[in-house]
Amino acid sequence: MANSRKWMATLLLAACGLATPALAQQPPDPTDRASWPQPVDDHALHWLARFDVLEYERLGNLDALRWDGTAWAGGDLNRLWIKSAADWYLSSPLGGDVDLQLLYGRLISPFFELVVGARVEQHAERTATVRRAFLAVGLQGLAPGGFEVEPELFLSNKLQVSGRFTASTDYLLTQRLVLQPRLETEFSLQRDEEFGVEPGFNALEGGLRLRYELWREFAPYIGLAYRSNLGASGARVVREGGNPSALLLAAGLRAWF
Amino acid sequence: MSIDSLPLQLSTNGPIGSAIAVNGSVPGPVLHLREGEDAIIRVTNHLREATSIHWHGLLVPPEMDGVPGVSFAGIQPGAVFTYRFPVTQSGTYWAHSHSGGQELLGLYFPLVVDPAGPEPFKYDRDYVVMLSEWSFDSPEQIMSKLKSSSGYYNYQRRTAGDFFSDIGRDGLVATLKDRLGWATARMDPTDFADVTGSTYTYLMNGLPAAANWTGLFRPHERVRLRFIDAAGMTFFDVRIPGLKMTLVQADGQNVRPVEIDEFRIGPGETYDVIVEPAEQAYTVYAETHDRSGYTRGTLAPREGMAAEVPPRRPRPLRTMADMGMEMAGMAGMEMSKPDAGTATGSMAGMEMEEPDAGGAAQPSPRKGLQGPALPGAPPVPHGPDTHGPGNAMVAMTSQSRLGEPGAGLEQSGRKVLVYTDLQSVEPQPDQRPPEREVELHITGNMDRYSWSFDGKTYSEASTPIPFHYGERLRMTFVNDTMMEHPIHLHGLWMELENGRGKTQPRKHTIVIKPAERVSVAISVNASGRWAMHCHLLLHMEMGMFRVVEVSANPSAGSAGAP
Repeated sequence: MANSRKWMATLLLAACGLATPALAQQPPDPTDRASWPQPVDDHALHWLARFDVLEYERLGNLDALRWDGTAWAGGDLNRLWIKSAADWYLSSPLGGDVDLQLLYGRLISPFFELVVGARVEQHAERTATVRRAFLAVGLQGLAPGGFEVEPELFLSNKLQVSGRFTASTDYLLTQRLVLQPRLETEFSLQRDEEFGVEPGFNALEGGLRLRYELWREFAPYIGLAYRSNLGASGARVVREGGNPSALLLAAGLRAWF
Repeated sequence: MSIDSLPLQLSTNGPIGSAIAVNGSVPGPVLHLREGEDAIIRVTNHLREATSIHWHGLLVPPEMDGVPGVSFAGIQPGAVFTYRFPVTQSGTYWAHSHSGGQELLGLYFPLVVDPAGPEPFKYDRDYVVMLSEWSFDSPEQIMSKLKSSSGYYNYQRRTAGDFFSDIGRDGLVATLKDRLGWATARMDPTDFADVTGSTYTYLMNGLPAAANWTGLFRPHERVRLRFIDAAGMTFFDVRIPGLKMTLVQADGQNVRPVEIDEFRIGPGETYDVIVEPAEQAYTVYAETHDRSGYTRGTLAPREGMAAEVPPRRPRPLRTMADMGMEMAGMAGMEMSKPDAGTATGSMAGMEMEEPDAGGAAQPSPRKGLQGPALPGAPPVPHGPDTHGPGNAMVAMTSQSRLGEPGAGLEQSGRKVLVYTDLQSVEPQPDQRPPEREVELHITGNMDRYSWSFDGKTYSEASTPIPFHYGERLRMTFVNDTMMEHPIHLHGLWMELENGRGKTQPRKHTIVIKPAERVSVAISVNASGRWAMHCHLLLHMEMGMFRVVEVSANPSAGSAGAP
């Protein structure tokens, strides 16, 4: 317990960029074992930033830049996560829909991490941009079958409950050519007029992306995405004269560093 | 001895890496010692970071063992450290840095200890054959890539092409069942090496295959080859097409001669073989066990000769036996006993019968002890403790696999060395049956690239494993992972309980196969703090490391060190 607290302190210091001077080299005293270095460096801080999706989409007469990325810093058990997803309309003055989460993750089983934290969402709705904030709790990990899954639940600042489920997997066509099916769906328990959300499952997206790993870290891809507004949300889009579903062609990059 | 950084280039016009050298070369020059003398070795650190030298396999006083944080504080930049220890054994050993990734950067060299008396075998000349690897990715980069994506270096995974060819061979149902099994377990059957030939160049005595290290001989001489696996992350399968090898030493210890065609050597192990070449060139072929690369050298009567280099074999696959699901690998176990399965299945107090190999008697375990994990003994079910989130898999049952040559070597048609072949020339001096047992599980979470014992990394466990001075201890290792791990104990010999009884071999490094249960007997005769770890360097660095603390010798006064 003391160990994990020390670890959290290190993480916070590192986050503030203060860790380096604090750990300045002081040669150990050969006669004082307490001053000796650790024999192995098994609790070093690691980090990763990854864009699973970073692509250009053509949506009717709207040009959109879309991303879905994560970044983490931490150790084997405890990690700090930033997740962000967005549809950024390049030709619209309103910007777009942006989703940002800051989460603490704890490995609770060999393949699953429990995450809790905060989420903010910005939504471009016709003439204005609206925002809301949430508490977020979820799981993320590798499900049997080799599926990366992320079920999440959100409680908004209007005390509305919603959720999202994302799943993806990789099929290796060759050692470098990888086909990634991806599924994302959202539901809400309440109506939120501003965000175009109706109770029930309201959005579904299926994607199929074919990437080529030039390096593991750098894989351009082409893909197809099918997006649909479901149920009452879909009906609402139809009422407002829109098309509830769309098939998109995308080209992008999966990259991490 | 001087430790310097050294620019390293493997081929003309090739990239230049930054290596760490001992006395100006990688590997460092052979250090010759003589049994019965005192060694005094002054090490000067010219690096800008602390360093260390560990005498791998030599029993030295604990403060001379060279593990920063366990034996001493390390050798600081610009400092000189004097190692001083009596040399009480002979054979082939090696030495390497125990500081961070320095061993991966070239800080290793062979140690040859000449015996005080005559050796039980004759030879006309000898060569050290030190196997290692080099990457232009720094150890930190390699670690960071594996932390980000544990399959980063594996370019031999199963693809859609394999799927269809498997359907053609095994049928649709069997193929789907197989794929579903692995997908459900969330394991990769092609996971043999974490770091592969996609970044490594494999070296023999510091030379890549193209540079062709050559050992000269006169025809029909008896040539002793001292093989040392100094690689950080690589198991090698070694053979010399056209020559039988007679194994005479394992880990520096004389063994009864065994004639073999091939052996698998894990990081940290040494094997000495004698060959009698005729007047022609022979390839010394060392293929990595994941088949992603190789290195080679040549034994030749004259400079400039070369023999055919064999093609690499296809990479093997893990099986359900590697998960402890079904132990189908019983065939090929020379010492399996047909009636072993009739022994009682209860875990504690299991009475094991003696295998009759070598006519040696293995003492029955005392009451309350589980006994040795002998070849042919029935599988032991895993306990309820799955070792927490730090461990991705448990071997549902574990048992001895000492009679198996290892994945990829099963159906070679060649005589491949197995651990049950190893038999000490002299009976072991301590014939007491073990009076206490410690069981340690080898664990890891590949997805997080974290490695541990009993599900806890070194820093999570933090307390040393207590050994009592003077006791005869049985240490049982259970491998809950899907990979082989070379487990190395400092300061004390491990007698491998391989059914050879009084002449069971002693080793400093033991390769433990997936889902295997291996027991060793230890005469705890050296006080102090000793490191015990997986010799896959990144596994050690990620936490598969412990300190063993041997209590003070009661007859040695207050000082801990002998």
